[in-house]
Amino acid sequence: MSYVIEMLNITKAFPGIIANDNVTLQLKEGEIHALLGENGAGKSTLMSILFGLYQPDEGEIKVRGEVVRIKNPNDANDLQIGMVHQHFKLVENYTVLENIILGREETKFGILTKKEARHRIMELAEHYGLKIDLDAKIEDITVGMQQRVEILKMLYRNADILIFDEPTAVLTPQEISELMLNMKNMIKEGKSIILITHKLNEIKMVADRCSVLRKGKYIGTVEVKDTSVEQMAEMMVGRKVDFNIERDPAKIGEVVLEVEGINHYNEYLHKNDLTDVSFKVNSGEIVVVAGIEGNGQSQLAGVITGLNTPKSGHIVLNGEDITRKTIRQKTLTGISHIPEDRHKHGLVLDFNLASNLILQTYFDKRFQKYGFFNFKAINEHVDELIDQFDIRSGQGRRTIMRSMSGGNQQKAIIARELSRDMNLVVAVQPTRGLDVGAIEYIHRKLINLRDNNKAILVFSLELDEVFAIADRILVMFEGRIVANLKADETNENELGLYMSGSKEAQNEENI
Amino acid sequence: MKKIFNSNAFEKMLATLIAIVAGLLFGLVIMLLINPSMALGGFGAILSAGFLNGGESLGEVLFKATPLIITGLAVAFAFKTGLFNIGVSGQLMIGAFFAVYVGVRWNLPPSIHWLVAILAGIVGGMVWALIPALLKAFRNVHEVVATIMMNYIAMYTSKMLIEATIYDTVRQEARPVLSGAVLPTLGLDKLFGFNQLNSGIIIAILATIVIYILLEKTTFGFQLKAVGFNRNAARYAGVNDKSNIVYSLLISGALAGLAGAVLYLAPGSGLKLETTHQISNYGFQGIAVALLGMSHPIGTMGAGLFFGYIEAANQELQAWDFKREIIDIISSSIIYFSAFTLFFQRYSHKFMVWLGKLFGKKEVEVATETVNDEKENGGNDNETNV
Repeated sequence: MSYVIEMLNITKAFPGIIANDNVTLQLKEGEIHALLGENGAGKSTLMSILFGLYQPDEGEIKVRGEVVRIKNPNDANDLQIGMVHQHFKLVENYTVLENIILGREETKFGILTKKEARHRIMELAEHYGLKIDLDAKIEDITVGMQQRVEILKMLYRNADILIFDEPTAVLTPQEISELMLNMKNMIKEGKSIILITHKLNEIKMVADRCSVLRKGKYIGTVEVKDTSVEQMAEMMVGRKVDFNIERDPAKIGEVVLEVEGINHYNEYLHKNDLTDVSFKVNSGEIVVVAGIEGNGQSQLAGVITGLNTPKSGHIVLNGEDITRKTIRQKTLTGISHIPEDRHKHGLVLDFNLASNLILQTYFDKRFQKYGFFNFKAINEHVDELIDQFDIRSGQGRRTIMRSMSGGNQQKAIIARELSRDMNLVVAVQPTRGLDVGAIEYIHRKLINLRDNNKAILVFSLELDEVFAIADRILVMFEGRIVANLKADETNENELGLYMSGSKEAQNEENI
Repeated sequence: MKKIFNSNAFEKMLATLIAIVAGLLFGLVIMLLINPSMALGGFGAILSAGFLNGGESLGEVLFKATPLIITGLAVAFAFKTGLFNIGVSGQLMIGAFFAVYVGVRWNLPPSIHWLVAILAGIVGGMVWALIPALLKAFRNVHEVVATIMMNYIAMYTSKMLIEATIYDTVRQEARPVLSGAVLPTLGLDKLFGFNQLNSGIIIAILATIVIYILLEKTTFGFQLKAVGFNRNAARYAGVNDKSNIVYSLLISGALAGLAGAVLYLAPGSGLKLETTHQISNYGFQGIAVALLGMSHPIGTMGAGLFFGYIEAANQELQAWDFKREIIDIISSSIIYFSAFTLFFQRYSHKFMVWLGKLFGKKEVEVATETVNDEKENGGNDNETNV
């Protein structure tokens, strides 16, 4: 089998960093080739070079055996290379059809005609089994469908080398399996695919071969079916990664958090998105709220931490009703909050690392006197956290947050939230978008806190994560808690049934 | 010294200097097109007017710079806290009216009269900023729209109030303030030999220092900036975002009002509140000053002084047969070029690295920019949940 793409000995340097250091990637015709690496390993740079967004400093690119120079994305298009970006490039208030033909419009006497395009797109969609509604506006359709629009955009342009940049980061488990199926369909039709990811399970599911990058360097290419997930993880991170963190059985103490009959009203949808939610979290246990995205998890976390106000019900922390307290008061009663959206809530991206690390405690007596900062104390505290939590950045505490990698941004939040005095940790998707090394790190931290008798409440969409850390599992479906299970008495199948709403717990008194 | 060279701030300053030079050269080109024979002389006048007559010229520069610095601060402060205060002009007009009203109608001991008048001006500016502030904080009305509208309301309101209370119908302007309400000169007029120079410049410098400390050294400033950069994160961190938005527009308005007071309480300037249908230009010049000063308090003061410097060339320029508008052209093209600051900054960065190589290793290390890892190499988990 011949190679459709060969990127040979590619080197690309940016000021202060070598993003790709002598990297080689060879894509066979008709294969799904995974490109694996941690955040900042150079995957996207390599693909940007292939797509003509950057020029390599050294090395050459061959497409279908011929040496080419790809100067811009149009060249890539002409070579029938298409890319689905992680952040979709769609016009929000155009219809699906308009988005697909954008840039390739057909006209008759200078007037736009969509008839033939519509016909062709319908055919393509049917052929590849991509379900879409051509007349829906992008802003009205799900993320999964938006992705299918991006795929059709490539197919409409006759691309037969397809690049997927982190395609599953934004999808629900159902949408992920559908995408995997679509990718396999495309391979059957003679397309070749490069899949950029750091999720090992997905590679195991669909990919034929896998090339690994680490810190800009090419580590190697392996046959996926002969390589275990652990081996790939080791190649990616550079050390052994523990997927099953050993832990002692939970020593469950008294009740820390009590959620009683919480209802929350959604003003946009004009209906309740939380209905009679009640549960308890004890000290010394990790309770994980599982469920498919959008079943009320964000609202529940918001109600507990104070970002949302419930319509009725009570939140009780250590016997004290804190339902109506301000966020600051809740923080001070001992709630640590790792928010769902680290860019929206967790960090001030234009502040430096130090400022972000004191975001919750800047008013503390240690750090200020009469409202004037004591920079010496702050710097000492911050440097200690950076050291202790191994936060890596270009210029230490003075690094602007925006310039740090996602993993280290999350570490900064973790450092800030877990270094405070607290009774309860509310962690909403704490490992979202992170690579295995960082995930392991965060799980260890949470388990450590559990062993120190803290109460931990985690919201997670990933079943792997649920089973990796949970002592108890709550399942949410349509704003209600439909199951309350001991982690070692259930399995993924049962959980899946609860999550999709096809099963509901009989033993209501347990909840 | 090394520290100064290495700092990011120095790079920014260098970029600003490039913008200034580019703006000046553009002005020179315009002058060459208008009147080639006089162009070089006129250009020289612009460059040298601030020194030409020694202390007197310098005094004029400081005098001209005073309101520019304060209005620049008003805009810069709001901007640093995430708000675009286009209403500095309106706040300034109301502040000026408050100050002049107190100066004309209240009978106070001379030692405190001017101080009370200034405070009245500050209150006036705050009153005018309060409405957009409340709208922004509680109803999420964009402050740009609200403050622009308040400018027009200020124009008519101040006209009405002046005519109703402190109008001199013969001269068709506000009555002069009582002598006690005039800003003390503190001997600055004698020192520099420029009789309009007064304590206003001292007030401007003090305001700069206060705003700098407030923004950089206090928890209050930290909160204001956090709300400005990311309202959601500030809320998450337990900061009351609504009240902080109100505070920051109020402080901006206070500065605008202060500028109004300093302008119209100045001795011997002959500047009187008029009742024309015109919005004060100072607020908009403040935007330019803040832009050039990159919204940093100290930078804003520097920018204010610079604009004061070329403003001072006004008379000198007329001797070379140029209209004063040429100064406005230069000012605005400098602003235009400073929009390219980021572009210039790249070159000034390279220049710094080159300087570093010239002077030894240490500088290189620090000056080397850490590349945005995330953006360049991944953006992998940026906003995964959009």
